[in-house]
Amino acid sequence: MHDVTAAHGEHKGVYFWVWGGLLFLTAVEVVLAYKQILQPVQMLEVLLVLSVIKAALIVLYFMHLKSEIRTMRWLLTISVTACFALMWIFFFPDANRILHLGVK
Amino acid sequence: MATVQHAVHDVYEPSLFGTYSKKIGMWLFLASDSLTFGALLFAYSYNRIANPAWPTPFHKESIANATIMTACLLSSSLTMVLAVLAANRHDKPWTRNWLLATMFFGTAFTVLHAMEWTKLMGEGMMPSTNPWEATVPQFGGTFFTLTGMHMLHVTIGVIYLGVIALRKKFLPILLGLWLVGWLLTPAGSVFHYGIHALLIGAIVSAIVLFLKPKDYDSHDVEVSGLYWHFVDLVWMFIFPLVYLMSTKI
Repeated sequence: MHDVTAAHGEHKGVYFWVWGGLLFLTAVEVVLAYKQILQPVQMLEVLLVLSVIKAALIVLYFMHLKSEIRTMRWLLTISVTACFALMWIFFFPDANRILHLGVK
Repeated sequence: MATVQHAVHDVYEPSLFGTYSKKIGMWLFLASDSLTFGALLFAYSYNRIANPAWPTPFHKESIANATIMTACLLSSSLTMVLAVLAANRHDKPWTRNWLLATMFFGTAFTVLHAMEWTKLMGEGMMPSTNPWEATVPQFGGTFFTLTGMHMLHVTIGVIYLGVIALRKKFLPILLGLWLVGWLLTPAGSVFHYGIHALLIGAIVSAIVLFLKPKDYDSHDVEVSGLYWHFVDLVWMFIFPLVYLMSTKI
């Protein structure tokens, strides 16, 4: 059996770096909100990109998906990403339609 | 009478994922739970984009409060991963200490969040109405559903970690917290009823602890860590989408 605990047992410093990176990205988000230089849709896009980076750091390092075997890594990533892509494809064009054309 | 005996290796195929079943079960649960939160987040974002008159009730104090809450959750993830490392080297005292630190940050998050809810409800925000924009009644509903679901997950996470860290010793602590919380919250507050989640948690924990008493090992700590990090991960989307997208500085 693949022993993930042995694979991530010796890198305590990495977790502190990841924690620092997550705090830094959070600070960037808060500064963007305070400055309010972006339009709502642009702001949403930027915040989503930053959130996806933060989520990836948490999943790969804190949840140790990076140390799991390839089958588990890809199956989980592809299935969840595909579901979110489907939600994205159906939800947002319709929201924009309402925004630009009004409710019909 | 002849008994049928199988060698375990002959009966069970090795796991497709190369790890123990508890962890695979938790990953599958988290994948399904991510779709629940995904649907709620998409519903919130959909409404946010489709309504140009979306309320922006979060001022500097709310953003500062939510930033501290985020820092609490991120720090709790660090202490959680340190608990997993301690469990892997069979260091029980430090496993317990890091788990208790994680619970502390989780509790701080929940208390700060409850204060934020109380403030918003004091201003007149309810699930179907809000005092800022009468044409966008869905603001309260989407906000309370999304953040309430997350708050429930954090509460369940703190109870889960308490069971792993302290086992049966955690039950009187949990019941004490429920009683104190129930007596201290005003009768009209939503948390006067919401605090009963702790009582339900105590009953479920007691059933688990008494029906299947065991000494939780490093695998249990790692699996509980997966749940906790997931709760942290979800907040990484809720914080910017709900708070930072509705800011009025």
